[in-house]
Amino acid sequence: MGDKPVTGDKPVTSEDHWRITVDATRCIGSGICAGTAPRHFALDGSVSVPLSGDPDEAALDAAESCPVEAIEVRDQSGRVLAPSL
Amino acid sequence: MAVTDDTVLARDYPFSPPHRLDVDELYARLRAEQPVIRVQLPYGERAWLATRYADVRTVLGDPRFSRAASIGRDVPRTNPYQPELGILAMDEPEHGRLRRLATKAFTARRIEALRPRTEQIAAELLDAMAATGQPADLVEHFATPLPIRVICDLLGVPASDQDKFHVWSEAVVSTTSLTPERISEYIGNLHAYIGALLADRRREPASDLLTAMAQARDADPDGPSEDELVAFSAGLLAAGHETTVTQIPNFLYALLTNPGAMERLRGDPALIPSAVEELLRWVPLGAASTFARYALEDVELSGVTVRAGEPVVGSLTSANRDERVFADPDTLDLARHPNPHIGFGHGVHHCAGAQLARMELQVALGALIRRFPGLRLGAGEDELVWKSGMLVRGLTSMPVAW
Repeated sequence: MGDKPVTGDKPVTSEDHWRITVDATRCIGSGICAGTAPRHFALDGSVSVPLSGDPDEAALDAAESCPVEAIEVRDQSGRVLAPSL
Repeated sequence: MAVTDDTVLARDYPFSPPHRLDVDELYARLRAEQPVIRVQLPYGERAWLATRYADVRTVLGDPRFSRAASIGRDVPRTNPYQPELGILAMDEPEHGRLRRLATKAFTARRIEALRPRTEQIAAELLDAMAATGQPADLVEHFATPLPIRVICDLLGVPASDQDKFHVWSEAVVSTTSLTPERISEYIGNLHAYIGALLADRRREPASDLLTAMAQARDADPDGPSEDELVAFSAGLLAAGHETTVTQIPNFLYALLTNPGAMERLRGDPALIPSAVEELLRWVPLGAASTFARYALEDVELSGVTVRAGEPVVGSLTSANRDERVFADPDTLDLARHPNPHIGFGHGVHHCAGAQLARMELQVALGALIRRFPGLRLGAGEDELVWKSGMLVRGLTSMPVAW
């Protein structure tokens, strides 16, 4: 397991790195995620892209707040952390 | 010699007065031949009009286009006065700070939880409508009270006050149907009414959105001001029902006047979710394109350079009929897939209540089809009266029989 995910110049271990995805086909570019968690999301044109997998409450908040639930946050084991079921 | 803006011919816009749910044929020609043109709206400075889907999405979603920059300008518009638009005239981050007070209440999941209650209200209203005899006015008995009761439940507004706030809410969609004095009086009434309810909730919290928004604002000293909260809450109440009240009859009208559409839906009610998306695409709700965005820098749209400081209006109606994106775009195809329509807009100002509207429209169509399998217009098409002087198209009443 040599290729651990890297965020910026700070290597993170597999235990604390989240997998954050944005479904670009659902994204409506509301920008709510980028406003809620600016370290984790940015608008590219008018579609959101995830920037970082750093575990942070704000990323969960963003996923919970997405109007179309295009954001999914999972932990390393694949368990969905947000949006909550 | 340089050509200045004043010498460039601008076409009067809208091209024609709204007629039923017809889409002006000029849009298709413009998309093919001249996708970005100079237009003059009834009021305000000249604007660019974008008609292709890709350009309209750019105008709505790209941060190089601003709503906040419209403040202080003679904005291209269809209403004689320049209304205070609150959140609709904000960019990020101010817009997001205000909108986030309510976003969690409007996610797909939270709205889905309101579906059973919405179905129950719909069934009650249709039973009552059946009891009044036919023909009955769908607008009065069903399309108006259904969204009002749902938004009242969600916000925590007494539905018994609907006779007041529904009348005032016309002010948010009126262009010339109300005088400017009446519009400002109604907006003032709405704000005073909501302000008093917010004060009530601070004294006596309840499990409703007004309470949640008041608490969220009070917890954040750097957040939106009280005036912004009041205007935003009033906007949620008014916009949170007015457009769905209008779209339920529009959707039914579209289904009943497009050959085969109603039969297809009756034969396969599982099509309702995709039918609602297609109707959101196909029905030209807006009477004209408004809410101009101002370019913050030079931006190229389909070969035309929009200069920094110039306003652009994007036509949702034209974008939703763009043959580059939708095959056979003028056909109402209830099973269309995929259907990336922009009936709710796009970008940061994408309709906050989109999931609520979707759910309500699905419930409304489903309930109507189940309760009245023989539902039809109760008057000739020529006898139907359409609203005028409004931002949106809609029927003043809709007699139906079954």
